[in-house]
Amino acid sequence: MALLDIQRVTRRFGDFTAIDDVSLAIEAGEFFTLLGPSGCGKTTLLRMIAGFDLPDAGRILLNGKDLADTPPERRPVRTVFQSYALFPHMTVEGNVAFPLEMARVPASERKARIEGALEDVRLQGFNKRYPHELSGGQRQRVAIARALVTHPAMLLLDEPLAALDAKLREDLSIELINLQKEVGIAFVYVTHDQSEALALSHRIAVMNRGRVEQLDEPSKIYGFPRTAFVADFIGHCNLFGGPVANRANDVVTVDVADLGPVRVGVAAGIANAAKGTVAIRPEKIRIAASAPEGTPDNHFRGTVEDLLYMGDVTVYRVSTPGGAKVEALLANSQSGRAKFFEVGDAVEMSWPVGAGHFIPE
Amino acid sequence: MASSSQCRLARWVVGGPPLLYLVVFFLIPTLIMVLASFRTPGEFGGLAPIVDETGRLDLNVDSYVRFVTEPVFASVFVKSAWYALLTTLFCLLLAYPLATLIAKSAKRYRDLLLLLVILPFWSNFLIRIYAWMIILGPNAALAKFVNGALALVGAGPVPLLFSGFAVLVCLVYVHLPFMVLPLYANLEKHDQALLDAAQDLGANAWQRFWRITFPLSLPGVYAGAALVFIPALGIFAIPDILGGPDDTLIGNLIKQQFLETRDWPFGSVLSIVLTIAALVLAGIAAWVGRRGTGVRA
Ligand SMILES: Nc1ncnc2c1ncn2[C@@H]1O[C@H](COP(=O)(O)OP(=O)(O)OP(=O)(O)O)[C@@H](O)[C@H]1O
Ligand SMILES: [Mg+2]
Repeated sequence: MALLDIQRVTRRFGDFTAIDDVSLAIEAGEFFTLLGPSGCGKTTLLRMIAGFDLPDAGRILLNGKDLADTPPERRPVRTVFQSYALFPHMTVEGNVAFPLEMARVPASERKARIEGALEDVRLQGFNKRYPHELSGGQRQRVAIARALVTHPAMLLLDEPLAALDAKLREDLSIELINLQKEVGIAFVYVTHDQSEALALSHRIAVMNRGRVEQLDEPSKIYGFPRTAFVADFIGHCNLFGGPVANRANDVVTVDVADLGPVRVGVAAGIANAAKGTVAIRPEKIRIAASAPEGTPDNHFRGTVEDLLYMGDVTVYRVSTPGGAKVEALLANSQSGRAKFFEVGDAVEMSWPVGAGHFIPE
Repeated sequence: MASSSQCRLARWVVGGPPLLYLVVFFLIPTLIMVLASFRTPGEFGGLAPIVDETGRLDLNVDSYVRFVTEPVFASVFVKSAWYALLTTLFCLLLAYPLATLIAKSAKRYRDLLLLLVILPFWSNFLIRIYAWMIILGPNAALAKFVNGALALVGAGPVPLLFSGFAVLVCLVYVHLPFMVLPLYANLEKHDQALLDAAQDLGANAWQRFWRITFPLSLPGVYAGAALVFIPALGIFAIPDILGGPDDTLIGNLIKQQFLETRDWPFGSVLSIVLTIAALVLAGIAAWVGRRGTGVRA
């Protein structure tokens, strides 16, 4: 039995459906991420798990027990709010002690529990500080320590890193992974940052307009996006859509209007479709000045129209004679070279059928 | 350099007139009063000449000695403080839910509700006190109802008017807005996320109030308490009009000294004691308000 079971939950605000028939199960000890663009309903779903909002339809079960009649203060889940919501009139210690006092943990036990929680987030020695005497990253740790100190069944984190700068975000992400492993509590993590989601999670639910588009492990989400939305939202992706011209065994040929026929491998189980989209990541495309050897599965010529130099890699946007735009990415790893092509260079692009991913419509 | 002197000039231009106003209308009268407190009362009221017939400067502490040695004055002070304290407490009890209600109501109603709170200021203070004479009068519905209820349990009729009760009711009524406004200003700023967090961490409504809302509202409570207690301490019109013979407060005493007994030095002594008491209380309120909450903004 899953730790948390969300069954066909719907939440409407007026005639707007913020959460649309969502079902998912979260296992104990799992690092689970809700990923999606702004406004897709992540916070709404989280608030329903915490109990601040109630579903209009569907059920939320924790350990098999329906939570509908349990108010937030009696649910064994804790939230780390985006604004941290530390109590400004209490010290770090006071903040962390608060849930212990609410749970009537005997005073003799509290001290050790507080120290333990502060140690978990590496904030020993900050006991007597007030929140306004802490940096953003430290506040965030206090918020996590406060949420963890009562050993809840589940921690809900709503974009906890959004307010921090990039470097700190990276450091704290690594700490979060380690912390989660250490305490073994299920984390439900909300973010709209796909790289954060890929790096942190055991499983990701990609949400769009109140629905779960795909629920999978990070590598599956990235490598085998099930919808065009997921493919495009998770990292950059070239999407070539069109009618299916033919299917031979496990290779499908899609007629892309401005590019030409694109061949892509499909798993044997996938049913025939009349239309579909080929998704191919920029880094999977071979881009070179000379024609590839032999006859590759896919081969197109074009000229570099734009390039985006990003230090470690350069993204080339290539336009083909038919007018299609293809993004290809090349690592600038060769020493003594900053980049390989300039705007206006003629290039040859190729990729095998296995590099792409077919999304039937 | 030029900018710093310009800055200083700007500060005087902006701050000068109010400062001048305070010096002329507050500091100088206070000093005059301090001086008067050391002088001798005149034979027919007012003040005796500051230089007596023998040509000596006539300054003494007789009035202070009188204040300290005659216990009746100290007891009036205590009584005034007691009334002011009760007024503050009742104002707080009434204003807290009211301010909370206004702060939590939809934005478009808030201004209207605040307007209703200050609406009484639009009519004259004395008129409002006389209105209470009518409300509490022996023939008004309230007195009839109360005495009717008392008769049922066999208790004798009580007068509502000209009593400590009437004084207290009117004191609370008059000062209520001074408690509501600072409390509202404080409560309106409270962050709902803190209450959500407290609830998430296991606090029920009662605990959320006492552990989060109330401590965070203390600066507003102190400000309101100071704004109510200090004026309530010195008030004279309400006990004059609504009070019974026993309801002489320090304000009445001061008024008597100046207008009836015409003992200006002693009136000055009473005023000075009142001013010092008020200053000390305001200082305490500011100090407690700043350090009691842990919020040093
Ligand atoms: N109380 C409410 N009343 C009306 N509409 C609401 C309410 N709460 C949320 N919504 C709407 O529901 C949708 C989902 O909101 P939600 O806050 O869950 O988005 P989100 O995925 O958390 O976005 P973000 O990444 O910007 O935080 C939004 O379109 C929002 O406007
Ligand atoms: Mg959100």
